[in-house]
Amino acid sequence: MNVVAPFEGIGASVRRKEDLRFLSGRGQYTDDINRPGQTHAWILRSPHAHAAIQGLDTAAAKAMPGVLAVFVGADMAADNVGGIPCGWQIHNKDGSPMAEPPHPALAIGKVRHVGDPVAVVIAETKQQARDAAEAIVVDYAPLPAAATMEQALKPGAPQIHDGAPGNLCYDWHIGDRAVLDAAFAKAHKVVSFETTNNRLVPNAMEPRAAIGEYDAQSGDYTLYTTSQNPHVIRLLMGAFVLHIPEAKLRVVAPDVGGGFGSKIYHYAEEAIVTWASAKVKRPIKWTAERTESFMSDAHGRDHVTKAELALDAQGKILGLKVHTHANMGAYLSTFAPCVPTYLYATLLSGVYVMPVIYAEVKAVFTNTVPVDAYRGAGRPEATYLLERLMDVAAKEMGLDRVEFRRRNFIPVDAFPYQTPVALQYDSGNYFATLDAALETADWKGFEARRAAAAAKGKLRGIGISTYLEACGIAPSAVVGSLGARAGLYEVGTIRVHPTGSVTVLTGAHSHGQGHETTFAQLVADRLGVPIANVDVVHGDTAKVPFGMGTYGSRSLAVGGSAMVKAMDKIVAKGKRIAAHLMEASVEDVEFDRGTFRVAGTDKTKSLTDISLAAYVPHNYPIEEIEPGLEETAFYDPKNFTYPGGCHIAEVEIDAETGKVSMVNFTAVDDVGRVINPMIVEGQVQGGVAQGIGQALLESAIYDDQGQLISGSMMDYTMPRADDLAPVSVATHTTLCTHNPLGVKGCGEVGAIGSPPAVINAVVDALRDYGVRHIEMPATPAKIWNIIHGGRRAAAE
Amino acid sequence: MYEFSYHKPASVADAVKLLSADPEARPISGGMTLLPALKLRLSKPTALVDLSGIAELRGIRRDGGTIVVGALAKHYEVATNADIKAAIPALAWMASTIGDTQVRNRGTMGGSVANNDPSADYPAALLALGATIQTDRRKLSADEFFTGMFSTALDTGELVTAIHIPVPEKAGYAKMKNPASRYSMAGVFVARGPAGVRVAVNGAGANGAFRAPQMEAALQANWSPDAVAGVKMDPAMMNGDIHGSAEYRAHLVTVMAKRAVQNAG
Ligand SMILES: Cc1cc2nc3c(=O)[nH]c(=O)nc-3n(C[C@H](O)[C@H](O)[C@H](O)COP(=O)(O)OP(=O)(O)OC[C@H]3O[C@@H](n4cnc5c(N)ncnc54)[C@H](O)[C@@H]3O)c2cc1C
Repeated sequence: MNVVAPFEGIGASVRRKEDLRFLSGRGQYTDDINRPGQTHAWILRSPHAHAAIQGLDTAAAKAMPGVLAVFVGADMAADNVGGIPCGWQIHNKDGSPMAEPPHPALAIGKVRHVGDPVAVVIAETKQQARDAAEAIVVDYAPLPAAATMEQALKPGAPQIHDGAPGNLCYDWHIGDRAVLDAAFAKAHKVVSFETTNNRLVPNAMEPRAAIGEYDAQSGDYTLYTTSQNPHVIRLLMGAFVLHIPEAKLRVVAPDVGGGFGSKIYHYAEEAIVTWASAKVKRPIKWTAERTESFMSDAHGRDHVTKAELALDAQGKILGLKVHTHANMGAYLSTFAPCVPTYLYATLLSGVYVMPVIYAEVKAVFTNTVPVDAYRGAGRPEATYLLERLMDVAAKEMGLDRVEFRRRNFIPVDAFPYQTPVALQYDSGNYFATLDAALETADWKGFEARRAAAAAKGKLRGIGISTYLEACGIAPSAVVGSLGARAGLYEVGTIRVHPTGSVTVLTGAHSHGQGHETTFAQLVADRLGVPIANVDVVHGDTAKVPFGMGTYGSRSLAVGGSAMVKAMDKIVAKGKRIAAHLMEASVEDVEFDRGTFRVAGTDKTKSLTDISLAAYVPHNYPIEEIEPGLEETAFYDPKNFTYPGGCHIAEVEIDAETGKVSMVNFTAVDDVGRVINPMIVEGQVQGGVAQGIGQALLESAIYDDQGQLISGSMMDYTMPRADDLAPVSVATHTTLCTHNPLGVKGCGEVGAIGSPPAVINAVVDALRDYGVRHIEMPATPAKIWNIIHGGRRAAAE
Repeated sequence: MYEFSYHKPASVADAVKLLSADPEARPISGGMTLLPALKLRLSKPTALVDLSGIAELRGIRRDGGTIVVGALAKHYEVATNADIKAAIPALAWMASTIGDTQVRNRGTMGGSVANNDPSADYPAALLALGATIQTDRRKLSADEFFTGMFSTALDTGELVTAIHIPVPEKAGYAKMKNPASRYSMAGVFVARGPAGVRVAVNGAGANGAFRAPQMEAALQANWSPDAVAGVKMDPAMMNGDIHGSAEYRAHLVTVMAKRAVQNAG
């Protein structure tokens, strides 16, 4: 009987290999790991947003039961421990570098946000450590706080860092101001728009955790941590903070329960437990409570923006001017400075022909948790601004919002397309994704649905967003010239074992994305190895040669491409071995999915024949070819990738309560070649859920004193299943032209495209109330205020 | 959590003895409110007296014109009990909307009324239904029992043992949930029964659950949604926070009252 194996290669929706482990509770997360002799850390955190530390008495705590040690900032400083570094340097308009104030792992002299670490207690149990932390006496002299950017920028505002006058981190710009002014002078109409992009708390399901372990015999350190990029943590923590050479420091990021960006960064707790483990000569575990996550995981977004769009009489865009304030929080998190600049302002052309763009961005320190990249990072902010502005402008021009967009789309034949803000798009077809989405969402039939809803007392609205993003980050030389202090290539090793099974070592890290499946599919597709025989190893600096990790939807575009390069090398070497075994010339050997063939003959060798020969080199050209079949490649991308598409949201509002219900969501995305359609669908749905969360529900709110009011799930609204709508996901592919797989990335599109679609739908639903704009999140109370205000205005 | 000692008595008498001997000891029923407070170290009892082993606190039964709910009755039991579903469907439905599956299978009516969270569901129902709260030593009407947010007439060491609920002719409930916590942001329970028309509000009040006499009068005169739709509540009595102003809550109370009457049929 001839059994045909199911196709598992590129394009197959194979089930995720990792799911059995996760769904049956057998994942191994950092907190599941227990090291022999392990102790526990509790971090004492500042209850004040801004205060001078006048005294710090740990004597009573040290005497408490089970306590091994208590450390404060001065102890780390005495050991020459460095501050938490920032990985990206932005330059001001005048060419001077941004303000980069020190960020000690444990506060020295001053605390700058609620949750700022002040001391650490190491004890036999977490309870004992926590009890002892309460016995630490800190003499705080509270200082006035700058909880918002507005407060921080006011003359006479509290000065948060000595090295950042006026609480300004940088004042940066991009684009040609003179050309812009000329364009605006010719404009038929200038549409102004102001908006706030709400601050979000990432809330990965797994709280952050870290275990530091020091081996006194070897002098080796190991850090187990909840990270999206263990090699980056090894580099940052080893080189800048603890001064441990790479060879002596192993960083393991085991199963990680969601990151969304918040687990990219090097955090104080990682350095604290690693450093302290050598002091107490025992492993130390720290696991965040949810409350700590709220006040110590880097938050996301938090922009205040004014924009102006210049248009000609036909509704063609002449130019865009943007002025943004971006909140950095109290300290610079690892990649914070690049988010509102090179991941935001460079995206302001969107899917449109914009002759000129000028954007200026001021980054501001405040007495709040540091802000950094969060799913989408900069691109959601740009997309939200643009796609709201397009709706507002269409209305003010008296144009249909779809037609207005179409009129300004980058034409299909214009690729590669150079924007006025540095990026060059390689491929895309925004008309195709728009048309497909309009069709799926039955845009034409909407007015009938609106009337039917009205008959039931509901206000129904529909909203569209045609978006683009830049991901697959990024060419090292380009980002280096823009201030990155790292390269952004990726590394892949393909290890073909003697009997033909394969281990993949990748520098990407999977924390929900399904790499163990998708990457195995790449191997199945190219080398013909069943995915069951492909093991994907990631997240351990002792196993994987190097890597830059997973964020910016880069794993497949960059990490997958590194694997392709490594597989190319495997095939090239395999052909030479096959040529020897089949007594043919190398040029005549062809390879297709696991089979080497002498062209035009029926002489074949399987991959297993070749791997066996490579590891048991009896009949082998040993003088010319090394034994073994393992190859490593570093892949540095030539450009960003540019997924784009169209999202359509349909909502219904209960006019009496203001509550918005999502009734439908359509996403048609161009993510390049699709490896596993099921995984892409899941990624888009998850992203859309977060986008709906931002648009309707989520908001990190500080009071004037810098206390986080929405500091728990009681007040911070995470999206739940019944807040969402059925999300219809489809893809329309134009291939990426510069990576070998033609892939673009799908991890963030959902979170990028959806918020403006939702808000556009809400504004549309309220069209009879004279609403120009509603800020995110569009909560019931806010909408009720609009309806109520509108009614009153109409009555007066 | 801080350290505490743990007792699991088998009778109300033993539980009361333990609690009277130590004013810092606390009873625990489902733990759905007390455990989070302990974990956050917001509460530091010397001892927990676990009521779950006390058989006399269990069960739901109909006794003539009254439903008697044992203090340990879980929300899930209230939601699915055949007598309650037949006699006071609005109460069963209310119970089915509390928290989530886990909470409904742990949390109890006794724990909820003893806690008197201003956003909890039951207090408004018991006020509107004219219920009597039975403790280990006395009986109190709901009006006497609920004395303000997180505050009741219970003495230290006094236990709720059962709740007696007169069966109404009609009852209805409607609530707007807080988007984040999903507790009530404004809920209204309406009932018409032996004690006349009674209307009580949860979630919205600045000082916990309360009765709405104007709405009661309006419904007494005319039992219809329209009768309450025009009754405006005073924002000064309402709570305002990041989820909604006092004005918004005042408005919601009217809307929910209207819907509650609709739901009552
Ligand atoms: C996620 C979540 C969501 C929730 N959502 C809702 C909601 O939507 N609506 C709602 O109404 N509630 C909600 N709750 C609260 C829930 O209903 C609680 O179960 C209830 O408030 C308390 O009941 P318990 O049995 O768990 O009490 P416990 O937590 O055990 O005790 C609560 C308090 O009452 C005291 N106590 C307990 N039993 C007695 C007794 N018999 N006599 C005297 N004192 C006693 C305890 O000492 C303690 O002070 C939610 C809880 C959670 C965790």
